[in-house]
Amino acid sequence: MAAALGLALCQATAMAGDGKLALTGGVSTVDGAAGGGLSPWALIGSAATEGQWGATAHLSGVRTRDYRLHAFGAALAWNDRVELSLARQDLDAGNNLAPLGLTGLHLKQDILGLKVRLAGDAVLDSDTLMPQLALGLLHKRSDAGALGAVLYGSRGGPLGAKASGTEIYLSASKLLLAQGLLINLTLRGTEANQGGLLGFGGAQSRGWRVQPELSLAWLLNRRLAVGAEYRAKPDNLQRSALGAGALKEDDWFDVFIAWAPNKSLSLTLAYVDLGHIAPATQPRQQTGVYASVQVAF
Amino acid sequence: MQDLFRRSTRLLMAGAFVLLASTAHADDSLYRAWGGKAGIRAVLDDLVPHLKADARIGHYFKDINSRHLAQQLSDQLCIQAGGPCTYDGETLRKVHVDMGITKADFNRLVELLQDSMDARGIPFSAQNAMLARLAPMHRDIIDVKPEN
Repeated sequence: MAAALGLALCQATAMAGDGKLALTGGVSTVDGAAGGGLSPWALIGSAATEGQWGATAHLSGVRTRDYRLHAFGAALAWNDRVELSLARQDLDAGNNLAPLGLTGLHLKQDILGLKVRLAGDAVLDSDTLMPQLALGLLHKRSDAGALGAVLYGSRGGPLGAKASGTEIYLSASKLLLAQGLLINLTLRGTEANQGGLLGFGGAQSRGWRVQPELSLAWLLNRRLAVGAEYRAKPDNLQRSALGAGALKEDDWFDVFIAWAPNKSLSLTLAYVDLGHIAPATQPRQQTGVYASVQVAF
Repeated sequence: MQDLFRRSTRLLMAGAFVLLASTAHADDSLYRAWGGKAGIRAVLDDLVPHLKADARIGHYFKDINSRHLAQQLSDQLCIQAGGPCTYDGETLRKVHVDMGITKADFNRLVELLQDSMDARGIPFSAQNAMLARLAPMHRDIIDVKPEN
């Protein structure tokens, strides 16, 4: 049994691939799936292509005016068809929720992702408008620390959110090769609050909604891309027990530059606008910087 | 009257010839952006030695005459770019049948072509415009099985 597993691992490493063209595996999103920074794309991650295994690992950080987020994770890709990802997020809320008696609060989340390419080739099908299509699931478990008593319905918290939830998304990615322009549209079915960091749904929530996400990336050369992303958010805690608008959330937006000096490494830098995060106690708009490094095997 | 008839016939035949000879890309702007036949051939002359020497795909080309390969590839690119060329080789499918060419192999050739285009100073937009016309050929190259 051990010998068979060892043999399979050896074969997998031998077939670990670098068959993709540079940058066509995307980068790592904060949720762990391959795509942009905020939004998963239909591209299957890593540098591997059909018939190959590939893997990536990433480390990301966001620093807005009053919050800091760190995320790290890894993903495994097979045959340019299936992608499995694991990621952890840790939002340092600092003393932004101090009026609720919560200082030094950390909101964490673990995310397990599965993505399957359904059809199409974003890069090579350049004679048709048919995009690459993929279906994905993101199962998320949040850990709101000391806020949990107020947040989670299972603990009697008045906000009535769930501690875990699953998002489902459909992505369509297309590289307009002649123009060097990549377009992605993702539709995400979700009831996550702040991406899941404030749990899922709520006592007064409107339930599951389909949220659109749009990414555009322009290839300046083989190694460099600039672009922008937009991610709509469901805003389920808008009318929470803490008062109307106290935990209102906004859509997310970024403009980015991504550099891949070779197929094993990519660096992404972005200006992000995460809108309001718990505006009742922290009214400032959370704009700031996002940086991410991804290595591919 | 007979003279008019003869001239009309010639005109019609010339028109038919132009129609038959015209390619999918009647506009030759990409051909000119690449520097015509000479510019295209310069890129392929740079590419072919790298193809043969490549660790991944070199073995596909080891028994192929370099000048002949450069000529065939030049003709293909010239036609795709809207240039006044003809290709007298076998269809792509026939050339690549049963070779078990993988997507990784195909992408490797694209990368080597990108290297040669860079080396010969083809502007990035002209590179991508050409790649956009070549990329669909993957269907006649990757894992082509014989027709039964």
